[in-house]
Amino acid sequence: MEIPLTANIGPSKTPPDLKSYEARGGYTALRRGLSEMTPEEVRLAVKDSGLRGRGGAGFPTGDKWSFVPMEDGAPRPKYLVVNADEMEPGTFKDRLLLEGDPHQLIEGTVLSAYAIQAEITYIFLRWEYRLAALRLEHAIAEAYRAGYLGPDILGSGFGLELYLHVSAGRYICGEETGLLNALEGRRANPRSKPPYPQSVGVWGRPTVVNNVETICNIPHIVSHGAEWFRGLSLTGEGGSKLYGVSGRVNRPGCWELPLGTTLGEIVEEHAGGMQHGYRLRGLLPGGASTDFLTSEHFEVPMDFGSVEKAGSRLGTGTIIILDDSVCPVGMVLNLERFFARESCGWCTPCWGGLQLVTATLESIEAGEGRPGDLELLEEHCRLLGPGYTYCALAPGAMEPLQSALKYFRGDFERHINEKQCPWH
Amino acid sequence: MLSDHELKEIEAEASKYGSRAAVCIDALKIVQRFRGWVDDDMVRAVAQHLGMSPDELDSVATFYNLIFRRPAGRHVILVCDSVSCWIMGYGSVRDYLRSRLGIALGETTADGRFTLLPSACLGACDRAPVMMVDEQLYTNLDAESIDDLLASYT
Ligand SMILES: Cc1cc2nc3c(=O)[nH]c(=O)nc-3n(C[C@H](O)[C@H](O)[C@H](O)COP(=O)(O)O)c2cc1C
Ligand code: SF4
Ligand code: FES
Repeated sequence: MEIPLTANIGPSKTPPDLKSYEARGGYTALRRGLSEMTPEEVRLAVKDSGLRGRGGAGFPTGDKWSFVPMEDGAPRPKYLVVNADEMEPGTFKDRLLLEGDPHQLIEGTVLSAYAIQAEITYIFLRWEYRLAALRLEHAIAEAYRAGYLGPDILGSGFGLELYLHVSAGRYICGEETGLLNALEGRRANPRSKPPYPQSVGVWGRPTVVNNVETICNIPHIVSHGAEWFRGLSLTGEGGSKLYGVSGRVNRPGCWELPLGTTLGEIVEEHAGGMQHGYRLRGLLPGGASTDFLTSEHFEVPMDFGSVEKAGSRLGTGTIIILDDSVCPVGMVLNLERFFARESCGWCTPCWGGLQLVTATLESIEAGEGRPGDLELLEEHCRLLGPGYTYCALAPGAMEPLQSALKYFRGDFERHINEKQCPWH
Repeated sequence: MLSDHELKEIEAEASKYGSRAAVCIDALKIVQRFRGWVDDDMVRAVAQHLGMSPDELDSVATFYNLIFRRPAGRHVILVCDSVSCWIMGYGSVRDYLRSRLGIALGETTADGRFTLLPSACLGACDRAPVMMVDEQLYTNLDAESIDDLLASYT
């Protein structure tokens, strides 16, 4: 099994500095890409690889890049922004790549910028990732000194400036247009789309926003080709994937596995199954804004298409386990409190609806739920669903709620009928 | 008044961006690093320096939860209250911190030593429950480890 993304990362390995990164074959993809491939050929390789964005939405990366204007008269500068905000609850995969192999991210960034002919790049990093910030700063300085960044990289005529932007909090900064407003020094309210960032992005210029893990795949696609990349996965979608598990399992953690590894294998084998005395009730397969699945879904391959067919989303690929020692209503309340707090307040269904949803869940959890509450929650799952808001925060917030009402309905009803939380 | 150090750092950051106002979030963080928090005078000073109105800058400052518009303690505790930590015992960590420090979430101890703030997921969910003190992450928390680590901050 090949693990290109984490080959240099492990508990006993120190993150490679420039020298050891090069010694392990680092920056050969960049040399090859800049000298032997045209930007168009890089774009084509990425498109053929089938790579889908690893930030949560799963948009095909090659398609996203294809919307960037490439003609001579295109507005300039063009920008590539690496989304290293990672604030989705239950998600801790980009941290591994940022702390463990910063040069891999830089190499991927230069190649991606080359593909769309961007001349400026920002890595948008959440403040709390202090160790990542230190290591990135160090690696960026090394890359500049070695001529992998700056004007005329490796004598190719292509130049790129790379800046690290350290954020100041708020989940909504991870939404790609909210992120662009944050970069411009504004409140991080998302933007109304269209226009999409690829044509009108940061400071009105063409901009691509990609997730850390997405970008880290690019050097490997350039080195080994699209076909090799597709062969890494067990299903039709290309690549390996960082999967994680948190909750009461024996070995919580994060592993690089073939895309399409089954849910059951990840939970039972890699995470070591449930801790003694705890039973699995359900799980969120890819972060807080995905629908619950259960152990009945253990056969489902964890790729974008299969998880969607099972009624959820692959999201970030980091699984959160609900065990029988905690209350499902309490867990959903925790999630909705988070979304209500992090709403940027622009759309009425989002800020108003999430407050009402949270208040309703609070009263159910406190044993003060009333007949009709579950119908009210269901109605909000529709009202806050896709199509009524400027961004995907509100629809994402409804995913765990609507599926909890399906899988744990009996638990909700007991709270209301018995006028108390059975777990208290 | 912005100090020379602050001005120098702000100008160094400003060169990264496509507009002058874009550096305002970095500028607020720089001021906060030197002074612990951002008071009204500093909002006015930064706004003037960047050619913004104070209200415009304050609308940005109040949006971001890591920019403090009220005095903070010498050390800031960010305790994760998101879902994986909640499942793994956030409730008892929070209660223990509250009783040990004698303050509620959002408050500062009377001696100005700690400010206790809830935080969104800190991206260390496989090591839950977790918290940060200043720039340091602490994982797999329990009462004993909290006692030990608090003692190292004066
Ligand atoms: C509320 C919200 C928060 C998000 N947070 C992140 C994040 O922290 N990191 C990330 O890569 N994508 C995040 N996304 C997804 C981004 O909007 C965007 O789709 C992604 O960065 C694109 O990169 P990709 O195509 O490489 O996946 C978020 C989306 C929403 C709606
Ligand atoms: S859905 Fe919520 S977070 Fe997204 S733009 Fe609307 S109010 Fe803001
Ligand atoms: S939920 Fe606490 S670190 Fe992720």
